[in-house]
Amino acid sequence: MTVENRGTVKVENGRYRVSGNFSYGYPNSPIRDESGKLVGITNPADITHIHTYGGEAPFFESLSKQKLLGTKCANPKCETYGSVYIPYRIHCPDCLMRCEEIDLTELARKGATVHTFMITERTGAFNTLKKPIRFVNVEFDGVSTILMGYLSVGEPKMGMKVVPIFQAKNPTYTILDLSWVPMGTDAADLPEGFSF
Amino acid sequence: MIKFSKQQLKIPQMSKDVYLVTGGMSKFDRAIPEKRTEELVIDAFLEAAEFIKKTPEELKEYIHSCYYGHFADHFGSQLLGESVIHDRLGLDPLGNVGIKTGGATGGSTIWEAYKAVASGYSDTVLAMGWERMDEVPTDEGNNYIASAADKDWETPLGHIYTGYYAVMAQKYWQVFGKQEASFRRTLAEIAVKNKGYARMNPHAQSPMKITVEDVLNSPIVADPLRALDCCLMSVGASCVILADKKTAYELTDNPLLIYTSAGTHTLRVADRRDMDIPLLPNETADQYKDLGKRFPGGDRYPGFTGFLAARMAAYYAYGMAGIVDPMEDLDLVELHDAFTISDIQTYEDIGIRPYGEGRKYVESGECYHTNPLTGKPGKLPANLSGGLIGNMHAVGATGIMQVVEIGQHIWGRWAEMHADEAKWKRFNRTKPDDWTDLQVVGAKRALAISHAGVGSHVTATVLVHPDHQLERKS
Repeated sequence: MTVENRGTVKVENGRYRVSGNFSYGYPNSPIRDESGKLVGITNPADITHIHTYGGEAPFFESLSKQKLLGTKCANPKCETYGSVYIPYRIHCPDCLMRCEEIDLTELARKGATVHTFMITERTGAFNTLKKPIRFVNVEFDGVSTILMGYLSVGEPKMGMKVVPIFQAKNPTYTILDLSWVPMGTDAADLPEGFSF
Repeated sequence: MIKFSKQQLKIPQMSKDVYLVTGGMSKFDRAIPEKRTEELVIDAFLEAAEFIKKTPEELKEYIHSCYYGHFADHFGSQLLGESVIHDRLGLDPLGNVGIKTGGATGGSTIWEAYKAVASGYSDTVLAMGWERMDEVPTDEGNNYIASAADKDWETPLGHIYTGYYAVMAQKYWQVFGKQEASFRRTLAEIAVKNKGYARMNPHAQSPMKITVEDVLNSPIVADPLRALDCCLMSVGASCVILADKKTAYELTDNPLLIYTSAGTHTLRVADRRDMDIPLLPNETADQYKDLGKRFPGGDRYPGFTGFLAARMAAYYAYGMAGIVDPMEDLDLVELHDAFTISDIQTYEDIGIRPYGEGRKYVESGECYHTNPLTGKPGKLPANLSGGLIGNMHAVGATGIMQVVEIGQHIWGRWAEMHADEAKWKRFNRTKPDDWTDLQVVGAKRALAISHAGVGSHVTATVLVHPDHQLERKS
């Protein structure tokens, strides 16, 4: 069965306005054993969830504009004042004050370092990345955290320098719009839709 | 939080002592189409009642509140499944609550049950855990498990939890394992051991008589981990009954003292900040001064190589039970061997061996029931149940199964619960001709570690025979 008029959502006056179809029911089918005895049934379902990025929305929007945003604790009274976070944290984990947004694009373009990595052929349902997936966890100078992402060109190695690339053409507005390539990669070698 | 205050480091002091009275388990398997979850739960409960020669009615009379561990509601698309189970066990109108902390759900369920008795709220409680992972295809199951990672920052990356774990394995492999073939073989030995011990366990899903070569030749899941290095996906249930001293001795002649603690760390490994290594009672700060020199790249703690949550759970539990050195003070352990490599990481987190030297616990042979190097009893046997690699990982039941298993050793009743021909037959399994009694002779104290995901939650449960209590240090 194909899904027609898949649901879309917008926000108006602080409320979700939905249109189209969000839930599809399908007929059940019986599960039987070799002797034909009834054991159970299938429960098919097709559901579209609605999800807010809340205070992290600027991060996901910025990827489509080839920008990598992080945050920084801006509370001088905090013991960890000045700590920089990516993944982007809306609030400082220590003082819980709202962090200040900072642009890490230039820092990342100077080269982030691969802390660890892994390569897998296995994925779960709904994966959209090309297999094998090369996970990389990258460190930046002066940043307290180690961001997880995926490498789009070449083979990963601990300690290698990588730079970010962004899916600015047809962005998905998810973390998949950010990928990494070895420093010095030619623009012609980037995957379709991605740029530095 | 990367520094700890005095208040946060307080060793828990419970108002009352708490005792393990009994426990039981169902069969564990990849799929059990012939039984609903509540049937498996009742199997576990009946075994627990039978163990202390009570009828289910007699045991239920004592229960005052119930703690239910079930992690993944979405696998069965049944919210409030705890309420279904509670009704089928005939325990209404007693208070009950569901507990979910990923892979540590079983341990956390015991933690909650323990506090209910220790506080005086209930004299006797039921902690029951289960999981049903057979009601979606495997790739959908992988997606569901991956949704226990961060929805926006991790899950879209392949929808595969193993991947988020494997980056840690890779780091440990390169930094502490130095990519040595000998280290890779040591990892394989853990799988051989646990699959082998599962052969003696009628409940176990994956008993296998295999060699190191079989593990090294099994399909790669995420380098360096191969299929036989990984834990199972299971269906099944397990339970324990905890009580205060007076009630425990009414129910049985020989209840065991129980102590349970918990620790946590970030859901995303990405968020881990650098910190000093918190020390256990058998360690000194000096011993880690040159860690980064001995293991280049190993100076960031916990980085991607240690589990701070496990270290903190051990710190609290050792303090509560008076344990100074787990190698000396414990007689056996059940660890959360989600992967062979994470098993080694845990040896270090809980102080069996110092950071960087976890492999030596296996290489010394002391983790075996019988040390293969000396032919003598292993000093601290690990995962005689078969663990998550050989026995099961029915998430909500796992941490409870571990406690039932170590309890049976201290009670000296392991063989009784694993040799019974009727049980092998009931589970439609064949008892091997070379079945071996794995009872740890004279076991007095034991530990179980229940662990979630990349280390977000870890609990430590210590069981102590009341005649062999250790002095709690101030």
